[in-house]
Amino acid sequence: MRKVNVEIITKTVKELCIEANYYCNDDIIDALKKSKETEESPIGSGILDQIIQNAEIAGRKKMPICQDTGMAIIFLTIGQEIFFEGGLIEEAVQEGVRQGYEEGFLRKSIVGDPFNRINTGDNTPAIIHYDLIKGDRLTIEVAPKGFGSENMSRIHMLKPSDGIEGAKEAIISTVDLAGGNACPPMIVGVGIGGSFEKAALLSKRALLRDVGEYSTIPYVKDLEIELLDKINQLGIGPQGLGGRTTALDVHIEVFPTHIAGLPVAVNIGCHVTRHAKKTI
Amino acid sequence: MTKKITTPLDKATIIKLKAGDEVLLSGVIYTSRDAGHKRMIEQMERGEALPFNIRDAIIYYVGPSPKKPGEIIGSAGPTTSYRMDAYTPKLLDSGLSGMIGKGDRNDVVIQSIIKNKAVYFAAVGGAAALIADRIVSSEIIAYDDLGTEALRRLIVKDFPCIVVIDHEGRNLYKSEKEKYRVTNKQ
Repeated sequence: MRKVNVEIITKTVKELCIEANYYCNDDIIDALKKSKETEESPIGSGILDQIIQNAEIAGRKKMPICQDTGMAIIFLTIGQEIFFEGGLIEEAVQEGVRQGYEEGFLRKSIVGDPFNRINTGDNTPAIIHYDLIKGDRLTIEVAPKGFGSENMSRIHMLKPSDGIEGAKEAIISTVDLAGGNACPPMIVGVGIGGSFEKAALLSKRALLRDVGEYSTIPYVKDLEIELLDKINQLGIGPQGLGGRTTALDVHIEVFPTHIAGLPVAVNIGCHVTRHAKKTI
Repeated sequence: MTKKITTPLDKATIIKLKAGDEVLLSGVIYTSRDAGHKRMIEQMERGEALPFNIRDAIIYYVGPSPKKPGEIIGSAGPTTSYRMDAYTPKLLDSGLSGMIGKGDRNDVVIQSIIKNKAVYFAAVGGAAALIADRIVSSEIIAYDDLGTEALRRLIVKDFPCIVVIDHEGRNLYKSEKEKYRVTNKQ
């Protein structure tokens, strides 16, 4: 049994909120630079330049890459042998978000009620997902999610007879509909199988994968490659103003499902799909 | 070719702008997004004057991040425009001449742009740190309680944007996508 004081959760969440919002991950920068070499649209190419330059400015000046510093989505992967002391995990996470968004000069974008829409003022509550695994390590991953792209995400409850072709159609049509609204070039996260909420969660998790990292399941990897190619034929291009670079990557997660169902969730991530991780 | 334009944005300038033109914009622009638009329309419906002169003005759809000490503004890239579609025609009818945002607009807005000889620009979504560098002053002039959504008066210098829907309704979101779309040849 390893004892962990929840203070470390607060501190780590705070640091990761700031890190994720200031520094664009290298895998994305590399993918943007690669796309720039093949982008045929002059407008698209100019936009890719601006996006790359923006990431450089944000990192250098320690300021948010995007003004929409998102709703804080937090993944906690907890080794079962840890004994937490010093308070509640939930409160420690929310306090970390509160401190990170305040000290990092990040935008507070959360309203306390979907209809009265009064800003909570500290970007809480964060959305927290817990996973229990064996061992005594704790991994915290912070993925601030902007809503330009979140709004363009969709879930499709397909029939088993729709099959893989139906799933492809659902994914491609969702990206086509997202168009310029989701700040392309996008990262496309897909969850297939499970239940309604499991598919959505898988699609969110898929966005945490590095660009260029494929599924370990051979047929899923083939599907990822095929869909990226098809999505980049849609013509949407950087910022929806035409071109070949509509998505940087497609990540698909699959899960067992019910005999009657084929849920397909598509979570759209923008060109700065942010995530920062630390293991304690 | 990049065109340099200065606000206020008069009709003579607008009719020279064509979809696809890259523009460096300088002068005064106003910021407003979801809650700010709702508030402006409510004021207009009550017959009250808006907090700024909307004639030939440009509204930039943005909710900036907080500024650090010594800075003028935080990161300040465009937000998605379609959420303002319900409010835009009324503002255009009242003299607004341009909007800066990202993403396509609905047909009602496009018809209103044509009718009022207005223009819609896109800035690069997510280029928020780069755009912040082009903002030389920022002042909240109304709706302070809306926080990031408050109405701000910005002065910008060489703000980079692209004409995406011009006064004749030419729409870059449609025309460019078609150009690069690969259709199934069967």
